[in-house]
Amino acid sequence: MAHATHTADETRQGPKLPVLEREKLILNNRSYHWITERICGVLENKQPAIWWMLFIPSAIIALIGVLGGLSILVSTGVGVWGMTNTVFWGWDITNFVFWIGIGHAGTLISAILFLTRQNWRTSINRAAEAMTIFAVCCAGIFPAFHVGRVWFAWFLAPIPNANAIWQNFKSPLLWDVFAVSTYFTISLIFWYLGMVPDLATIRDRAKPGLRKLLYGIFAMGWRGGNRQWSHYEMAYLLLAALSTPLVLSVHSVVSFDFATSVVPGWHTTIFPPYFVAGAIFGGFAMVLTIMIPARFIYGLQDMITMKHIDNMAKIILLTGTIVGYAYLMELFVAFYSGAQYEAAAFKYRLVGPYWWAYVAMMSCNVLSPQVFWFKWCRENLWVVMAVCMCVNVGMWFERFVIICTTLARMFLPADWGYYRASPVEIMLFVGTIGMFLALFLLFLRFLPCINIAEVKWTLPEADPHHDDHHDHPDHGVAKEAAYQHELQAKA
Amino acid sequence: MSTTRKRVYGYLAEFKSASALYKAAEKVRDAGFRKWDCYSPYPIHGLDKAMGMKRSILPWFVFFGGTTGTATAFVLATLTQTHVWDFIPWLAKTAESYPTVVQGKPTNIFTVPAFFPIMFELTILFSGFTVLFGVLALMKLPRLNHPLFASKQFHRATDDGFFIAVEARDAKFSPEGTRSFLEEIGGASIELVEEEDS
Repeated sequence: MAHATHTADETRQGPKLPVLEREKLILNNRSYHWITERICGVLENKQPAIWWMLFIPSAIIALIGVLGGLSILVSTGVGVWGMTNTVFWGWDITNFVFWIGIGHAGTLISAILFLTRQNWRTSINRAAEAMTIFAVCCAGIFPAFHVGRVWFAWFLAPIPNANAIWQNFKSPLLWDVFAVSTYFTISLIFWYLGMVPDLATIRDRAKPGLRKLLYGIFAMGWRGGNRQWSHYEMAYLLLAALSTPLVLSVHSVVSFDFATSVVPGWHTTIFPPYFVAGAIFGGFAMVLTIMIPARFIYGLQDMITMKHIDNMAKIILLTGTIVGYAYLMELFVAFYSGAQYEAAAFKYRLVGPYWWAYVAMMSCNVLSPQVFWFKWCRENLWVVMAVCMCVNVGMWFERFVIICTTLARMFLPADWGYYRASPVEIMLFVGTIGMFLALFLLFLRFLPCINIAEVKWTLPEADPHHDDHHDHPDHGVAKEAAYQHELQAKA
Repeated sequence: MSTTRKRVYGYLAEFKSASALYKAAEKVRDAGFRKWDCYSPYPIHGLDKAMGMKRSILPWFVFFGGTTGTATAFVLATLTQTHVWDFIPWLAKTAESYPTVVQGKPTNIFTVPAFFPIMFELTILFSGFTVLFGVLALMKLPRLNHPLFASKQFHRATDDGFFIAVEARDAKFSPEGTRSFLEEIGGASIELVEEEDS
């Protein structure tokens, strides 16, 4: 991954200086047509055997775990979960926060990296956005069903009940309902609108028939005229600008569920930024966990390059370090505040009955990403995969530590308990993992997994002035060279 | 051997690259055409200017959509959880609300900070829907068919083709003149696109 250097053209007097060139986002000088062929090929060709080998077990696990687990829950009652003692939030809310956090990387890639003009996002944004949608689907199951009598879940919607009593709009739990449903809706709009030009590509390649009809309906008659692109680009920019504060708000609101309570260990102001950093951290790990195999299976190495993986590994390192800072700061504040209940809450995290969860969280989230300081580790896909798996596990434990450790040691020693997940809870969580994988595999099978239009846009020849240095003499590398010559002349 | 009458939609010309399309677009613009468009597989930077197009008005729609969202959330929350609307008797009577007095929060306007999260979320939600429906309206989509889809080469516009289509309803359009004009500015495989007139 050595940076290619080349010598700038001699535009003025002075020595020739080597200029660092940007690494190419698409390797091997691929053409527009090659990009179309390769991405559409993923869904037009027969799926490889490995697809079926992954899909069938995932689908079965999803059916048994989610449908079976929920059937037992609904037909028997919420007591089939392990929350029959004083720990009233267990795996359910842990899993909810875990899945909703996974989604955040998708929105970060599609919105925040778009606003900051990080063009490398184009190769991974579609798959990451799909991941967001599916993760939020998995997340939604838990709060909807943990209410116990799920047929009363409509109490969450802003409509009055039979006694004309409305929801408490001051409650963080209701904020959460609004935040998560808005997040899902906006992510879906963003994902779908971003896919329209690519669905048109598939429509235009299909032979007349059902396939052409269905993709045609979803492409809505897209023609790719600039009078459409102009509005489309504005819509994309607006959605990115709306999603950016949204994604920061969603996990902040999730953290309010805890932070606005008076429970020691939850009642802290550090929670919103700490949760958002953790969500991005866990989300990027999940993006890499599923994109590295997908890239290999479908031969997408020229579009999802080592540069992309390197960038994501660096983001994991950064956010992992922020999360580590938050963990240490929590401990420090518990000590420095002099609040004895706060101090006790953290003492029990470290040496209480759930010390093993705290150790798992610390080693997976704080220590394991530190190997990404070394370039060799970011370039070795086995190491990257191993770290990402650690982070996936670690982020689940983070939520477990925050929720269960705290509730197992509240104010009154009489309330202290030890919570164990019941088989039905474990079944449901494993089921959502299967559901997530099955949905993602279906996405790979039926929808373009890379943003075709945007990837083409990053090619050098996509710039209408790339062969035309007369109109734009100070373009890109040439500008840099001219500037360096000026510096030389002054010196 | 079609028996239906055909109506001319316009000329479709292909250009070899994004930069060729850009330069041609400037010439079509300068020639004074109005009803025409450039087709490309991805958005081309600066083409709006080359075509003499104005900035999209979508942000204005979204501004009002978003404001509606903020107002909706504010009214919903205050009407059901406070007594601030009591100065409009019929409204308070219609809503017939029983504020939930918890968390030591008052039932007057000073409880509004607790409504900010929902006001924010509904602002984003309404804005998002306005983006979706606004952009579809501005793009005149969805539509199930278009005369250009009858062209044999137009399918490449979503793959690797760069096209300009000049419509027959343009005041400056003429069957011979426009064809030679498109040839002149570098257009290749020029095609007369016709739609079936029922």
